[in-house]
Amino acid sequence: MSKNISILIVDDEDSVRESLYSWFKEDGYKVECAENAKTALSKLESNSFDIILADVKMPGMDGLEMLRRIKTLKKESIVIVMTAFATVDTAVQALKDGAFDYITKPFDPDDLSHLIRNASKQISLAYENENLKERMVSLENVDYIIGNSEAIRKVLHDVESVAQSNSSVIITGESGTGKELIAKAIHSNSSRRYFPLVSVHCGALTESLLESELFGHEKGAFTGAMYNRKGRFEMADSGTIFLDEIATISPKMQVELLRVLESKIFMRVGGNKEITSDFRVICATNRNLKQMVEEGTFREDLFYRLNVVNIHVPPLRERTGDIPMLTEYFIKKYCISMNKPPIPIDPTALQRLEEFDFPGNIRELENMVERAIVIGNGKKITLRDLPLEKNIISSSVESLDEQEKIHISHILSKYDWNISRTAKALQIDRVTLYNKIKKFNLKASGK
Amino acid sequence: MNLQKIILISFGYFDSEFLKKITENIHREFFVNVEIKDGHLDLSDFFEAERGQYNANKLSHFIESHFSKDDSKIIGLFNVDIFIPIFTYIFGQAYLKGRSGIASSFRLSNERYGIEADDDLLLERFSKEIIHELGHTYGLIHCYNSDCIMRSGTYVEDIDQKNSSLCPKCKETLLSI
Ligand SMILES: [Zn+2]
Ligand SMILES: [Zn+2]
Repeated sequence: MSKNISILIVDDEDSVRESLYSWFKEDGYKVECAENAKTALSKLESNSFDIILADVKMPGMDGLEMLRRIKTLKKESIVIVMTAFATVDTAVQALKDGAFDYITKPFDPDDLSHLIRNASKQISLAYENENLKERMVSLENVDYIIGNSEAIRKVLHDVESVAQSNSSVIITGESGTGKELIAKAIHSNSSRRYFPLVSVHCGALTESLLESELFGHEKGAFTGAMYNRKGRFEMADSGTIFLDEIATISPKMQVELLRVLESKIFMRVGGNKEITSDFRVICATNRNLKQMVEEGTFREDLFYRLNVVNIHVPPLRERTGDIPMLTEYFIKKYCISMNKPPIPIDPTALQRLEEFDFPGNIRELENMVERAIVIGNGKKITLRDLPLEKNIISSSVESLDEQEKIHISHILSKYDWNISRTAKALQIDRVTLYNKIKKFNLKASGK
Repeated sequence: MNLQKIILISFGYFDSEFLKKITENIHREFFVNVEIKDGHLDLSDFFEAERGQYNANKLSHFIESHFSKDDSKIIGLFNVDIFIPIFTYIFGQAYLKGRSGIASSFRLSNERYGIEADDDLLLERFSKEIIHELGHTYGLIHCYNSDCIMRSGTYVEDIDQKNSSLCPKCKETLLSI
């Protein structure tokens, strides 16, 4: 979306213009600079800019006078005023004169990106209102959700009907079905899409870590803390927070979470300032929360707060028709990441994939394809490259090589053939792991 | 894909094992030769007492003028708090479609936020930051895919949210360069 937005930077200091110019260029905006108000106004005569970022203190005509002129020229212009610390009064004046907002130098990089996102949102909303007929009717940016089966189309339909609302959503489904991608699709089709989608994997964190992750902490809260740490709720301001594996959080965190969801107000750990954040919540779980409520392990009030809408993602065995498309997608993905052209898959191999049960769902298919590309001959994926059958490992082990082979194969299956996680556990890099898989001709045992 | 080779200039802050792992992470992303060189400089020339930080623009300029000889991509590696005048701090910066950049691990380590040190995490964050800046030198701009390493990150938590690699779209863009 940034590609269509143009920004004019007006500042007499070279270093400010240069820094902001490259900052916005890297973000994909169209950027121009002017070193004084006069140049800026003449640029505005021949070109229109969506956002004008102007310094207040400039020789000649100052930023405030320029702001007033721009506003008479074009009332809906978005002008953001930059001030030094001493001139907060000027900033207040600027707001009265119609500035969109102001920002104090030097900026926190995060404040600037937040401000620009706010402005971008306003610009696109105005554009959408002008073009009511062209309004978004179908989902955008969901090309990573692969498949055309009725089951997945129903999911996408659910996504479409809930995206524009602000309701909390619980996404249910077995492990590996791609619940996070569904959260992404909801977020990127909501009016919050200009702001971050922040993910938290609740299951991976202890209670005290989760608290600090979610709420952040003040510098000094722990020994040696030099800087504040933003929590996920704060990062998700104006955006969406995605809480994965919600069923794993402790009773104490359930209480805290409920409180934040109701008030949208919280404090950083070790802090005493109340922080307000406007976020939407999407959760995911592979557990039956309703049953957990009945068993008393998950708070009922929290459950009802979260479960306004439920989207269920079907397991892969209920959408086997999508397997060819998914396989093709993953082949392309991994060939590109390994810097080689996409290779075909043998029809028999593909057929066997379509018949396979996939208890680990799409993630298992993805791992299989990645592995097949690694160990295969590089020209074509054949049945031999796929771990669809039981593989018996010999038990007589004396040589070091054989020990290594068994150990690696054990760790591989422990991590479901996830190459990155296995490499990390073995404390070797991925390339070394690939080479060892090849050397030992390792294959996953059929599940 | 015919990318230019990469040279990392280490200014004495990192041990060789750490640098070797970084080299491997970078190689895995760009498939080109990654070399490590030692650099020497008096950092006090870059310190600005008023802010208690080091001027990143001056450092970038120094790297570009002293180390850029051919079309190799050069990244200077530091461990000091760097800033540019308009921002309170940065993690690194690079010339877009240029030959050089800098990256600092200073604000990437857990200890600065009062959390237990985690060397693996530091290695991961620093590798990500360097790969991100290298992406800029190859001409990539920021990406809106929330997993992509080219997504802009202004907080250390943002860096943790993204993957260690380019998304398929950015990878394709890189291949077409
Ligand atoms: Zn960047
Ligand atoms: Zn990308």
